Amino acid sequence: MVKFTLNGLEVEVEEGTTILEAARFFGFPIPTLCYNEALSPYGACRLCVVEIGEGPKAKLVSSCTYRVEEGLKVRTASERVIKARKMVIELLLASCPQSKIIQDLASAHDVRRQRFKQEYEDCILCGLCVRMCEEQMMAKAIGFRERGERRSIGTPFDIKSEECRLCGGCIYICPACQLRCTYTEPEEAICGGCANISVPCVEKEQFDDMMCYMEPCVACEIIDSEK
Amino acid sequence: MGPIPTEEEKPAGRQRVSKPGKEGGVGGICSTCNQAASCSYRLKNEGLVIWECDLYESYETPGVAKIAEKYEGKPGSVISILEEIQATYGYLPPDMLKELSEATDYSLVDVYGAATFYKSFSLKPRGKYLVSVCLGTACHVRGGPAVAKEFERRLGIRAGETTADKEFTLETVNCLGACALGPVVVVEGHYFPQVNPEKVERIIDRTREGLDKIEIEGDERIFPIEVSCPRCNHSLMDAGHLIDGYPSIRVTLSFGHTHGWLRMSSLYGSYNVESEYEIPKRTIVNFFCPYCHAELRAATACPECQAPMVPMIVHGGGIVLICSRRGCKGHMLDFDGANI
Repeated sequence: MVKFTLNGLEVEVEEGTTILEAARFFGFPIPTLCYNEALSPYGACRLCVVEIGEGPKAKLVSSCTYRVEEGLKVRTASERVIKARKMVIELLLASCPQSKIIQDLASAHDVRRQRFKQEYEDCILCGLCVRMCEEQMMAKAIGFRERGERRSIGTPFDIKSEECRLCGGCIYICPACQLRCTYTEPEEAICGGCANISVPCVEKEQFDDMMCYMEPCVACEIIDSEK
Repeated sequence: MGPIPTEEEKPAGRQRVSKPGKEGGVGGICSTCNQAASCSYRLKNEGLVIWECDLYESYETPGVAKIAEKYEGKPGSVISILEEIQATYGYLPPDMLKELSEATDYSLVDVYGAATFYKSFSLKPRGKYLVSVCLGTACHVRGGPAVAKEFERRLGIRAGETTADKEFTLETVNCLGACALGPVVVVEGHYFPQVNPEKVERIIDRTREGLDKIEIEGDERIFPIEVSCPRCNHSLMDAGHLIDGYPSIRVTLSFGHTHGWLRMSSLYGSYNVESEYEIPKRTIVNFFCPYCHAELRAATACPECQAPMVPMIVHGGGIVLICSRRGCKGHMLDFDGANI
């Protein structure tokens, strides 16, 4: 067992536990995007950053890949952490505004502006599909290719893979292409619909078909209360 | 009306015979003649690839299975295997990546990922000479882009492409770690410092002439030596034939069915040679003393390529050992047991 301090609370967890697992166990929420319980942690999205250490030695680490150490001091929601998290969301919005998951994260974390060059990428390189394919589907049909600006995910040589069984696991888990925001092409990076109550689903007639992952969904609560 | 012109007879040039399919194909730099990709290769059992070369006898190079065998059970060896394939074939043929994934535990995704991640790996056939123009920060501000553009114009290709005659491949790199020399251009390991667009033509010409013709003046590391045969102690110097302006070292050589003379530069540090017959690259050559006809062969293997070394006695004491493989620059100078 390892003893460490989590937001000022003395806690004890089993050796080998990551900070994220421990924090969730003790009820401290840490947002994640590229993390999935069924897959190995990858630390790609940096959304789960927490602050460890004290004073000038304090630093930000990704909690999904960092294993707890004896006497570690962890803060999951310090000012620095919140600021870094907001920046990560802002950058994610800049590259992939059509993702519902990212829009919901932006709403939930009160991100109200996006100051970077707007792009409409279909991939945020979180690696969820690559890990899904390898670890759960045992296929290894897709993987990362090239590097830097040209880094992409796909099959070798961009031809149909012999390993691929068309299971669809990669599409199922993808946060960028799985759920499109109801605003298919948001004019502005931040949809904010869910947060600002003027929810797109309210204005449309059959909002029952739409998926809203806001917890709790503001619009649904209003409608429920009106009934 | 004149006679209808018959179809112009084309000169009967040698036709490129393509042997597609899994057995082999055409392409890459032939490892025998090291020239254009007109030589074909086919795969043989025991993991060997046979090259049907136009200029020389057919030649065998190790195939993927043979290369991978060496690294069996060693974790993290995919890059070493890829390096070796690239060194043998000049690039990474897609078929061989697939073969590699079948021969080892690595999946094709991993192999392809590593092959595309590193810039030194190429999935396309490369030319004989690789021209790297540095566009790192220091070279960039000193005019690297203009140099790259001039290369593109002179060679008629864009960065990342290969000329149609398979002579030059042009690439831009982000830093060569020689910022003080910037803008720097590297051609096959030869550094050209402070390049400007006017110097580009000269670099291309010098590459065509042969980069091994090094400039001797002003380089203290290069000095002439006199050698003799370790068996009969007869001097091997040939004052009647100068190389690099100094008497050359004359030996008899033999490879395959070819026997002839070889004259080497006596400058320690120069690799200039003249030979009666052209020696294919990477061939291991047998050296003989022209006077006592003893084979010059040391028990030591080349530290770089494991080929046998050739010993010669240096006047004034010591033994110089040179690698017997054409193109390998492995050498040792041994003064009373102290290696230099």
